[in-house]
Amino acid sequence: MSSHRSRLARLAGYLVLVLVALAYTYPFLIELGTAFKTNADATAHPLNPLPQQWSLDAFDALAELDFPRWAANSLVVTVAVTVGRIVSCSMAGYALARLRFRGRSAVFGALIAVMAVPGVVLLIPKFLVLNQLGVYDTYAAMILPLLVDATGIFIMKQFFETVPVSVEEAARIDGAGPFRTFWSVVLPMSKPALITLTILSFQASWNELPHFIVSRQDPALNTLTTGVATLVSGQLGQGNQFPLKLAAALLMTLPVAVVYFIFSSRFTRGTYEGADK
Amino acid sequence: MSVHLSDRPVAAAAPPRRARVNRRGAGGDGAVGWLFLAPAIVVLGLFLVLPIVMAFWVSVSDWKGTGSPFASSVGFVGADNYAALLTTPGLAQQNFGTSVRNNLYFVLFVVPVQTALALFLAVVLNQRRLRGRNFFRTALYFPTVTSSVAISVVFLFLFSSSGTVNAALGLFGVDGPSWFADPRGIFHLALQGLGVVAADHPPAALADTSVLGLSLWDWLSGPSVAMCSIIILVVWTSTGGYMLMFYAALQNIPVSLDEAALIDGATPVQRFWRITVPQLRPTLFLVLTLGLIGTWQVFDQVYVMSRGAPANTTLTPAYLSYSTSFIGKQWGQGSAIAFMLFVLIVALTLVQRWILRERDRTPRRAGR
Repeated sequence: MSSHRSRLARLAGYLVLVLVALAYTYPFLIELGTAFKTNADATAHPLNPLPQQWSLDAFDALAELDFPRWAANSLVVTVAVTVGRIVSCSMAGYALARLRFRGRSAVFGALIAVMAVPGVVLLIPKFLVLNQLGVYDTYAAMILPLLVDATGIFIMKQFFETVPVSVEEAARIDGAGPFRTFWSVVLPMSKPALITLTILSFQASWNELPHFIVSRQDPALNTLTTGVATLVSGQLGQGNQFPLKLAAALLMTLPVAVVYFIFSSRFTRGTYEGADK
Repeated sequence: MSVHLSDRPVAAAAPPRRARVNRRGAGGDGAVGWLFLAPAIVVLGLFLVLPIVMAFWVSVSDWKGTGSPFASSVGFVGADNYAALLTTPGLAQQNFGTSVRNNLYFVLFVVPVQTALALFLAVVLNQRRLRGRNFFRTALYFPTVTSSVAISVVFLFLFSSSGTVNAALGLFGVDGPSWFADPRGIFHLALQGLGVVAADHPPAALADTSVLGLSLWDWLSGPSVAMCSIIILVVWTSTGGYMLMFYAALQNIPVSLDEAALIDGATPVQRFWRITVPQLRPTLFLVLTLGLIGTWQVFDQVYVMSRGAPANTTLTPAYLSYSTSFIGKQWGQGSAIAFMLFVLIVALTLVQRWILRERDRTPRRAGR
């Protein structure tokens, strides 16, 4: 009887999971299908992800808008931020994990403190600082503040601490300075952590919205996030134009989706590293 | 595949002490150390620490948004901006009170629901001999990595008046509301539905007393129908991440514990409450506090989906601080809101770290 019952429990578990999985995948199916619908079809059959008649109108319309420009801006910012974070976070992480100097633990304490600062409350003052520096409304304003990420430093520090000290000591005995040791001995061993950092930086800067709201106002500097947000807030003129909006959402999701499905374990790992600080 | 990855950071958290033991004399790499840290210190100092100082200054100043906030023409106004929000009756106070009410209901609904759902799903996913585990985990976590803007756009369609949700409700004969246009609070609707209160005649005792510019009756409105769709969106987005945290913690509970209880004849429900939940307490606490910290910062969804509409019922302090400054040009008041939010969130974080540290020291260490 007990085994009968456990089979029943497992069946119920499956049922729940299937329902939940449906709730989690259906919105994306709707997004995918509606992007290929006509406006009338989207309004008439909101529940059916399959278009009555496949149409590329939404994508054509997006190409007419500034969408390609937004995508290019997102790409520029994301690449710059990711490269910057790899350099800055791995250097800082290495210093905190391995280099010996006075003030190191104070810096680490400050870093932990800084990780608690909620990004959303910095919106106004970040604008103030950028304005004061005279870079507001430039690529520099969009990129510079994102170049360092406290969580990234933390991830790298934790990784470097797992690298055996003996490897570095051997290099040092051979006469390599700290920079040589870091560059040609430690970094090549750090590929797994660097890949994680790259993925998390890519995802974070690609999806970033608030910072690009306050660091620029020129429409030519719109990224995908700020650009698509203006689409939604009714700058399209008449009608709902849901296929167009969903096509935009679909396209901006694709790069992250591709990376996610290749490296999903690294994404989930990032959650814990961030959460377990 | 990522089952084991999940416990890695916990393991990686141990070694710092070892590095210290190995150090040969402090101050050895002084210049190089600071050089390596320089980019991080400059950027974080300039765009994280300095902004906090500036925000505080602006929140006690009458800066109008032009020129430098440190110019001599900018005056110190003490707590005026805070008073306008907290004590002086007026539109600013009313908006702030409304945003606090909205966010309170947002927290009250999102945090318990996402925590319970995440725990439940983790337990289901943790069953032995479950097929498709990776698929479920991948599907449930995906919204967490997706752009909040893209998801908000999708949900605007799902919850539009002729959208997917209402079409689905229609299958069951339910006439769905026009979600994003509906400012009615759900508690008010429930009270009216039960016939306790007439629609336009709230009890005088509640309607005549006001706190933060809002009558008690308005405080008790519950989240508006519009806010409910944002609540659903946020729960949908964030549950996957918390589920993975619970799942990782469940994997760390020794099977023997559960089996011992099974032999003692404990029912599944008893085992869940007496074995699983106590073992998960640190994770439960982590998820609850992360949820609290996150829900007080909701901004992206409001910015994309509603901008506070309808009738200010999706206004949150985070969005209000933005709109007060950038749209209303009341920089002092906007900064004051941001600063109060800052204090609240930092306080929540400190409580979290303090309690989790205590727990870390005693039982967790002993187990390892």
